[in-house]
Formats: sequence, structure tokens, C-alpha cells
Amino acid sequence: MNWDVVIENLGLYAEGTWLTVRLSLISLAIAFLLALPLAFLRNSRSPALRWSVIAYTTVFRGTPLLVQLFLVYFGLAQFELLRSTILWPWLSSPLFCALLVFVLNSAAYTTEIFAGGLRAIPKGEIEAAQAYGFTPLRAAWRIFIPGMLSRTLPVYGNEMIMLMHATSLASTVTLMEITGVARNITLNYYIQLEPYVAAAIIYLTLSAVLVAAVQLAERRFAGFLRPGR
Amino acid sequence: MFADFASTILAAGVLTLLLALGALVLSSVLGLVLAYGRLSRRRWLVRLIQTFNFVIRGIPDLVLMLLVFYSLPAAINQFLEWSGSGLWVEFSPFWAGMVTLGVIFSAYMSETFKSGLQNIPRGQIEAAEAYGLHPWRIFWRITLPQLARLALPGFTNNWLVMVKATALVSLLGLQDVMFRAKGAAEATGQPFTYYLVAGGFYLAVTLASTFGLLALARQLEQTNHAGRT
Repeated sequence: MNWDVVIENLGLYAEGTWLTVRLSLISLAIAFLLALPLAFLRNSRSPALRWSVIAYTTVFRGTPLLVQLFLVYFGLAQFELLRSTILWPWLSSPLFCALLVFVLNSAAYTTEIFAGGLRAIPKGEIEAAQAYGFTPLRAAWRIFIPGMLSRTLPVYGNEMIMLMHATSLASTVTLMEITGVARNITLNYYIQLEPYVAAAIIYLTLSAVLVAAVQLAERRFAGFLRPGR
Repeated sequence: MFADFASTILAAGVLTLLLALGALVLSSVLGLVLAYGRLSRRRWLVRLIQTFNFVIRGIPDLVLMLLVFYSLPAAINQFLEWSGSGLWVEFSPFWAGMVTLGVIFSAYMSETFKSGLQNIPRGQIEAAEAYGLHPWRIFWRITLPQLARLALPGFTNNWLVMVKATALVSLLGLQDVMFRAKGAAEATGQPFTYYLVAGGFYLAVTLASTFGLLALARQLEQTNHAGRT
């Protein structure tokens, strides 16, 4: 067994974990903010609005994340025109491309989750808001968004874990997050077992923490939805 | 030139679909066994399966794939070397990928099947037992037809996620759609075009599956109703 190699490189694993955490949190935060309005548009009465959101979520949920990542990171270089714009320093950076793809991908899933949550809000709550003369913005802030979030918390928690796992693909575009660090150690030391096992343990720990946090939030914010009360 | 490269990529679709279907069969059979295990009265068995599900769902697919493809043979070879036998094992990307995906999705399938099984009225099984039906016959005639209907939405979802996850096996060197797209991208210097072809393939498969399984769901719903009137 070569656990010494893992212990020697604990610093690299720590840096990798920090990058995984940052990639996950930044992507989730921006995707969350994008998904809020998109979820409303997804249920909009205007077919044009509704169908453009459906087209977006269908494409991003219907293709592998790896394809999306390669399309943006490797694919965009094909366009000479793009390479001469001021956007190019951003679009040629693996970190920016990975974040961009994670955000667009997660926002697509989150939009569908939230749109489902909106449809599950009891009609009476909406009518009550109208009867009290709430402005649409106030109704969204006080009724729709809280009702949607509390109802979708378990599913959204799953999406958070899925995205955290998806950041492992960032290793394919040279980013040194947990998987990238593990891969590099296997290549540098010619050992195949321990580096990946260590990576798996770190991901498992991160997942456990996330699951616990979601359960805590569920008890705090969605307790009223539990059966048997 | 485009037609040549595009057809090479799409020809690999057979391999991608074969991989996905193999993993689907494996995950369904294993998932059903695990679902029955979860519902057993043996506490240790329930705990064991819960732990298995937590570990599998807590580690990214890519890391699990690297563990099976690189770490597992390395561990086996270390053992073989230690035991003094001159043997040496190596896995093919196809089989390693199929077994890994099958095992990963058996955890997801077991959750789907478990809630399906729980929704079949207990009285039906008891009635069948009272009539002296053999357990296998009860499974084929009573449980399975209803499980097919109850578990179909979750099953469909798992299948869609799995088709997309097969793209990861290209990172192990399997010459699937994604691998060929990478080859065409590098050969022609037109990465965007050829990753788009790959993306189109996956989108076509997920869309066709969605509509196909929706039609199947409608049919199952109808036969069930026809039986009841």
C-alpha cells in the first residue's frame, strides 16, 4: 500500500477540495438566481416565453455535461471572429468555461424543479394573495417563492449533490479540483489505487455534509409539509 | 468531409446504445434485488443496502469509473503479485464502463423500485398467497405488471441520466460517440461542429426515449383501467 503518497500530497488534496467547493457554490448560487425568474417564465401563459424556456431546459438536460463542456472549452476556438474579441481571454480560460457550463446546466435542471414546485402551490394561497391586493412582485416574494422553495427542497438538495459531483468533469479541462489532483498523482507516482480512493472519500464526506445540511433545512423550513401533523 | 466524419461519429452510436442497454439490464435486475432487500425484515440487510446506496450516490460517476477501471485491476494485480501467481488482469473500457454504470444505477433503480413495490396493495399479494400461487407466479402475474406502471416515470428518468453518463466511458478510451467526436474535432480543427454532432445524437436518443416511454406509460395506464372495468 502506498498511503504515504496520499499523505505527502494532502496539501494538494486540500487545494483540490477548496476548488471543488468554490466551483460548486459559485455555480449553484448563480444557477439559483437564474432559475428563479426562468421557473416563472416556464409556467408563463405566453407560448413564446414558455417554449423558449422549455427549449433551453430540454437541450441542456438532454445532452451530456461532458459534451457541453467540450463544446464551450474546445469548440469555441473554431470561430476566428470570437478569438479576436475582448471576450476571448475569458472564453479561453478553463475556469471560466467550466463555471459557465456548470451554471447553464444546473440552471436548466433547477428551472424545471422550481417550475414543478410553483405548479404544486395550492390555488387557495394564490387567491388569498390576490384577495389581499398583493402586487405581483409582493405575491412572488411572499407566496410563490417561499412555497416553491419549501416544496422542492428535497429535490433541489439532490440537484446540489449532482452538481457537486459534476464538477469532477472540470478535471477534463485541466482544472485541479479533487479528481484532477487524484489523476495527477496517479500519473506522477505510477500508482492507481490510493489516489482515487482518497478522492472518493473526500467526495463522500462532502456529500454527507450536504445531505445533512439539506435535512436540517428541510426540518427548519418545510416541516409544515410533513405528513402526520 | 463533414459527411464522412459525421457518419463515423454516428456509427459509434451503436456502441453507445449497446453500452447503455447493457447497463440498463444490469441495473434493473440488481436494482430489483436491492429493492426487495430494502423491504426485507432483516435489519442488517436493510442497513447494508442503505450504506451501499449512500456510498454509490455520494461519489461522482467519473470517480467511480476511474476506481473500477484503474484502481480495481491495480488492487487485484497487487494481490496476484503478492500471492506469487504470474497472472495479470486488465479490464476493457466497454465492460468496465458497463458494469460501473450498471452498479451505479442499480442504487437509483432500487429507490425507484422500492417505492413502486410499496405502492402495490398488500391485500393483492395476500390474496394470491391465499390462493396458493407460487411466489414466482405472484411476481410475474401480480407484482411485475403493476410495478412496471408504478416505476415507469422513475425508470425513464434513470435511463435518460444513464444514456448521458455513457459519454464518460470515452474518457476510459472506449470508441463511443464522444470519443469519435473528439477524434474528428482534432483531425479537422472544427471542434464545435463535431461536438455538436455528438450532442445532437444524445439529444435525439433522450427525446426519442422520452416520447417512447410516455407512449408506453399511456398504454400501461389503459390496460390497467381496461382490466378494472
